[in-house]
Amino acid sequence: MRDVAVIGVGMPKWGELWDKSLRDVFVEAALLALADTKVDKLDNMLIGCMSGGLFVGQEHIGAIMADYLGQRHLAAGRVESACASGGLAFRCAIAEVASGMSDVVLAGGVEKMTDVSGDGATYALAAAADQEYEVFNGATFPGLYALMARAHMEKYGTTRDQLAHVAVKNHHNGTKNPNAQYPFEVTLDQVKNSVMIADPLRILDCSPITDGAAAVIVCPMEMAKDLTEKPLVKVTGLGQATDAIALHSRQDITTIEATTVAAKEAFAMAGKGPKDIDFAEVHDCFTIAEIVVTESLGFFEPGKGGPAVEAGETARGGRIPINLSGGLKSKGHPVGATGIAQIYEIVKQLRGDAGERQIENAKVGLAQNMGGSGASTLVHILEVA
Amino acid sequence: MFPARYAREMPHRYRLEAHKCKQCGKVFVPRREICDKCGATEFEVIRLSDRVKLVTYTIIHTPASQFKDQSPYALGICEFPEGVRLTAQVVDIDFADLKTGMDLQVEFRRIQTDGHEGILSYGYKFVPVI
Ligand SMILES: [Zn+2]
Repeated sequence: MRDVAVIGVGMPKWGELWDKSLRDVFVEAALLALADTKVDKLDNMLIGCMSGGLFVGQEHIGAIMADYLGQRHLAAGRVESACASGGLAFRCAIAEVASGMSDVVLAGGVEKMTDVSGDGATYALAAAADQEYEVFNGATFPGLYALMARAHMEKYGTTRDQLAHVAVKNHHNGTKNPNAQYPFEVTLDQVKNSVMIADPLRILDCSPITDGAAAVIVCPMEMAKDLTEKPLVKVTGLGQATDAIALHSRQDITTIEATTVAAKEAFAMAGKGPKDIDFAEVHDCFTIAEIVVTESLGFFEPGKGGPAVEAGETARGGRIPINLSGGLKSKGHPVGATGIAQIYEIVKQLRGDAGERQIENAKVGLAQNMGGSGASTLVHILEVA
Repeated sequence: MFPARYAREMPHRYRLEAHKCKQCGKVFVPRREICDKCGATEFEVIRLSDRVKLVTYTIIHTPASQFKDQSPYALGICEFPEGVRLTAQVVDIDFADLKTGMDLQVEFRRIQTDGHEGILSYGYKFVPVI
């Protein structure tokens, strides 16, 4: 297999983009990624999109986006793994390049979520859970993560304050991200007194409904120097795993086993362990998710994720900064785009080009993107080449 | 909800039918074609007990539209003696009395109404032991 480099990244401002369509949002991101390189022609394009059908009534995403990107006849397709669709698009793009099938591939992600009502968005997102055995009986996504939260709190003593610390930290990080949907501070009290959604999770424990896209361009490492002037970033570890789609069918609901399995695979490929990671972008769709995921990735022992965020170990300047971009919580969560936006942030940090968000000595970054209540996980490790 | 999609799940939802692996004994709801423990493909139909234990729960304040008339409601994961776990509403109980590990029983209830013209959907909910 060929070594793969990320040579271009693009991400426009996220938010409630009422004056932009699904295709507008995606093409804007893709053009930014292309402009970050010397590439003018792609060999392939893979787009993560959870549900163009339910959010805007549009499927067949590959063809429409290739056309509007001005690359008619380009080999292009959409891949789907719920909220991990973006991560899956990145993996598939790497496979295209590593295998020699293609040289220059764009991996993108997009979701246009505000063309439907709140109820419509709830309905579309719920399609990532077990429709007949969770959703039918009244489960919602905040509800499923609330079930995990209570179990985690009762097993390990994780506190309401510790959940709130995740939101406070990520919103603080988001204030430095010009592309974030909600780049403002929140306080512990604001989080703890915000509207109850699914006990113990409140609205400020939840990631928002967002329109947005992101795109990255990958190519073989030996071609990278000719196709970009930016510092080179190499993909060194990949992992992917699934689990039972229904939360109640998992062995242990206080951990995300798919994340543990995918991380092991990625660490083994990169020849690294959790202690070698300088910073990470993880899937904080809810505050409890970040705590559980930092444990499942091996950054902290089971039950220690809550105390770690409270002690500032995952903040800027902490032992392992998590979600310097603001995470899903502050940056927004256009579901199909999230996995690609994580790669965007990792590449920016590794290039030393993350502006106000830049940390020192960013050499090895990890992205963890998951779907549903954790039944799919993609993990990628990227390093300065 | 399309009638065929609804009708397919009726044995599980109406009668708590489960499928037990003939080789290793693992019990499944809903049915599956292959056992995830031993790989066998033959199952016998059994009926689950109606006594369960509450594993974890939440109170849903922002439900999907078809559940708005029931909000807020408790939702729990319960474990059956046969090893199966299922998610359903916990009803006829004050939220303050919910406790993980408590015994509950399973009852046949109306679950949701599919709009004004749609079919009524029935299934299981968890209730206190009488
Ligand atoms: Zn078996």
